[in-house]
This record gives sequence, C-alpha cells and structure tokens, in this order.
Amino acid sequence: MSEASDLIDQRAPRTGVRALVWFAVIGAVLLAVLGAFAYVGGWLSPHRLTQARMMAAFESAGGIHPGFRRNHAKGLCVTGWFESNGNAATLSKAAVFAPGRVPVIGRFALAGAMPFQADAPATVRSMALRFLPPGGAEWRTGMNNIPVFAVNSAQGFYEQLLASKPDPATGKPNPAAMQEFLARHPETVRALPLIRARTISSSFADSAYNSLDAFRFVNAAGISVPVRWATVPVQEVLPESGAQRASADKNYLFDELIARIQRQPQQWRLVLTIGQPGDPTADATLPWPEDRRHVDAGLVSIDHVSGEDASDGSCTDVNYDPLVLPSGIEPSDDPLLSARSAAYARSFTLRAGEKHEKAPSPVTAREVQAGAIR
Amino acid sequence: MNVHQSRFPAVSRWLHWLMAVMVLAMLFLGVGMAASVSERYRLLVAIHRPLGLAVLVLVAIRLINRLLNPPPPLPDSIPSLQRVAAKASHVLLYALMFIVPLVGWGMLSAAPYPIVIYGSLRLPPILPQNPALYALLRQLHTDFAYVLFAVFLAHLGAALLHGLIRRDGVFESMALWGRRR
Repeated sequence: MSEASDLIDQRAPRTGVRALVWFAVIGAVLLAVLGAFAYVGGWLSPHRLTQARMMAAFESAGGIHPGFRRNHAKGLCVTGWFESNGNAATLSKAAVFAPGRVPVIGRFALAGAMPFQADAPATVRSMALRFLPPGGAEWRTGMNNIPVFAVNSAQGFYEQLLASKPDPATGKPNPAAMQEFLARHPETVRALPLIRARTISSSFADSAYNSLDAFRFVNAAGISVPVRWATVPVQEVLPESGAQRASADKNYLFDELIARIQRQPQQWRLVLTIGQPGDPTADATLPWPEDRRHVDAGLVSIDHVSGEDASDGSCTDVNYDPLVLPSGIEPSDDPLLSARSAAYARSFTLRAGEKHEKAPSPVTAREVQAGAIR
Repeated sequence: MNVHQSRFPAVSRWLHWLMAVMVLAMLFLGVGMAASVSERYRLLVAIHRPLGLAVLVLVAIRLINRLLNPPPPLPDSIPSLQRVAAKASHVLLYALMFIVPLVGWGMLSAAPYPIVIYGSLRLPPILPQNPALYALLRQLHTDFAYVLFAVFLAHLGAALLHGLIRRDGVFESMALWGRRR
C-alpha cells in the first residue's frame, strides 16, 4: 500500500450556529485541560500544603534569611571518610558497605530557620553526611540528636512550624497555639517526652545522631529489611554543663567542635538497627523496641572543618536530600521522606538563587582558624 | 467534494500520539511535583526522570523521521498567515521538546544531584557543579514548560478547530484511525 494513496475526503465546513456550538465545545475542552493543570499545580486549592507554603511557614517561624537553608540554617562544613567493615554488605548491596574507605562530605548544624541563633544545649543538633563511593552511587543522609521525630507527616510539621511562630508582642511562641496544635496531634504528645528525656551531651562531637525515618536495605539476593541508622560517638560522652552555656560565645558548640576536629579526627560508629515485621516504618514518632538487632557497619571519621562561606566549604552547596540513595538502600513507606525531599529541594533552589544576597554565615573562617590554636 | 488531504505516514502518526501522551503526562507530573510535599512526590519524581529521558530520545528519532518522511502539505484552503502560525508553532513544539528535558538534565547536573533513571542506572552530568547556574536552569525548566503547555493548548485548539469546524482533513491527516477515502 502506498502512503500517497492514503487520502482523506474533505467535508463541508460547519458554519453559523453549528460552528458556534462547536467553538464553545472546543473552548470548554481547552478550559478543562487548563483547569486540570491549575488544579494539579495547587492554584485552585488555597489550603493544600505545597512546597511554597512550607517555605513560607519556615519564614514565619524563623524570619527571612536569603541564601541560607530554610531549616538547620546555622551550620559548619566538615570532611572525612567512612571506613566500612563489611558487616552491612550482607544486608545491602550498596557499594558504600563493601569493605573499604569512602570519602564523606558532612555538615553539623542546629535545627531552626535562624542562622544567627545562639548555640543552646536543647536546640536539636544535626549531622548530615554525603558518602561518595567510586562509581557515583552516592548516599546522602541528615540525622538529628533526638530519638524520635516530633511529627509523622508533612501536615504535622507545617502546623508545628505555625504554632511555634513567635508572637510579635512577646517574641515567644503563643502557648495557646501550641496547645491547639498538640490537641490535634496525639503522636506529638507521645513523642515529646521521649525527645525531652534524651541525654543532652556537651558537644556536637559526643552526640549521637539518628536517621529517625526508616529505610529499606536490599541485598544482592533481593531480600529487603527495614532499617533505621545512627551515628554513635566514639568520643567519651559528657553531659552538657552549665559552665559552657554561660560563656558569652554565641557559637560555643561550633567553636568547640572546630577545636576538637583540629586536634584529632572525631569518630562515630555507623550503627544500623534492623526492624522486625510489624515495627513501624511509616511513623517517625514511634521508637522501635530496644532489643532489635544492631549492626555496626563501620566508622565515620571527620578530620577537616571549614566555614560555610570558605572556598573549601564543601557542604555549602549540597542538598542533604534523604532520597539521594544508592541502589541497595530504598525509601520506606514513611511519608516524611517525600516531604523532606520536596522541601529540601525547594529550599536548595531558593538559596542557590539567593547566593549573591546572602549574609556571611555566623560560624566564620576566622573561628575555624582560631580553633587550631586553642 | 472532490478535494483530498494526504495523511501523515503511519510511523509519524504513532510517534505523534505516543509523544503527545508522554509530553502531556510530563507537564502534569512536573507541575504536580513542584507543588507537592505529599508521599506521592517520590513516585512523581521517579516517573518524571525516565519519562523525560524517553521524550528526549523520541524527539530526536521524530526529527529524523520528519526529515525522512516530510509531512503532507496543508490544504490550499488555509490562508498564508495560518500556514505561518502552524509552521511556527510546530518549530516551537520541536524546540521545546528538546530544550525542556535538556535543561532538566543540565539543572540536575549543576546542582549536583545523581541523575537516577532506574535503580543503579544513572545519567552522567552534562554540566559542572554551579549553584547559580542550577538556580537559573531550574527557573528556565519551569518557564519553558509553561511555554510548552501554552503552545500545546494552542495546538490542541487548532487541531479541534480543523477536526470539528473546518473539517478540511488536517486533523484526520494525523489521526491514528478514522474516515478515509
């Protein structure tokens, strides 16, 4: 069959009222497509929680600080390595768990959108790590020094931010707003005592950091197990002391960390907790039972530190997106993973575009240099 | 009437409708992703990246096919201004089907994010790490996608106009099935 003979008869065009009716039909089709697009984009749902609204909530709680991360804004870049002992290689096929050494780019930070907040013991501390095995199968994780997360959904996180927004009159969150939030979120009411009961240690260096969210490790045979991980300090854990707090140094935690790293590498064991069937994977407010199997996967050593604005501020432009995972680590059904990934991506996009107007980071290169002579 | 319109070759028609579905899906996935913090976000991203790569591969194949199998001429009844508009919108559609996925690939490279297609299958970066470049490309990815959506709406409107009102065979020339002589 020749394509040239593949002809179509033309018909008489529609005119008059008929044409108008069909015009209206075409218009309706186009409007419907446009409407569906606007609906999916969130423009027709003013109450839907979008990335833009999440960013606005951070700004309402912590102010507007162009060029900084929207959360965990006050931080410090570090580098080092992870020495895998091979123990986790039976659980995950990820290259990072084969025996050997992998470079790591990390960041220590304090939770909150305020880059200039004074260091304080109860402020949540975080450690973010980017493992860079050869071959490009990188792994990024952000961990906190709390045993469970305070909320288990993006909506809960958003409402918590709004409830913690400072009252312009008092400069402090409105207690009534927090009460109202807690009344709607029993999971937070259950989680807060666990968070408050944690031992607060003296330093970033003697804190343990937890993944909070669950993931799934998949090995070469395709067997998948739920896992939460933590970095557990090798350094002696000392309780936080009032003397430190009383120091006039607003960056006392960061300065102490800088001095320690410059004295000798600081180390953490990467400890995996293997969940059992029935352990909650979709709710980061719920702890797993204490008796779960732990696997020591290796040692994270941090031996170099730099300010975020330094030319070697290797972590500055890294989005510690919890969904940047190598093959062999998969997300669980925890909805916070998507929420964090989406919110971090938006935060990263915003601050990348604001670089030219960013104020200097509070933990400066001078303090990093001063750390060497302590 | 004794006037006839030639159809596009079958391969051209199949490529057209396959890509129509894919590009429209990409536009909706993209606008949904960029707004979402829900548990669907991860799935949307996981579809958006390989589908975007597929669009880029297919549009290259389609351009080659177009050179090998030129489209049939438009009917004589179409005024010259509309011919120009049709030509321009088609050039724009082709250009955007190349540009939007390439900008997406470039922005992920500049961030840098690993560009995971599926499992351990990743694309190499096509740009060096540069946050300012990332921010620019991320914005262009959105802006060009909106332009693509607008041109798509115009294309759909024109196709329906030909098919339902003018009935000059232009719509049928691209249809997968339907009335033939």
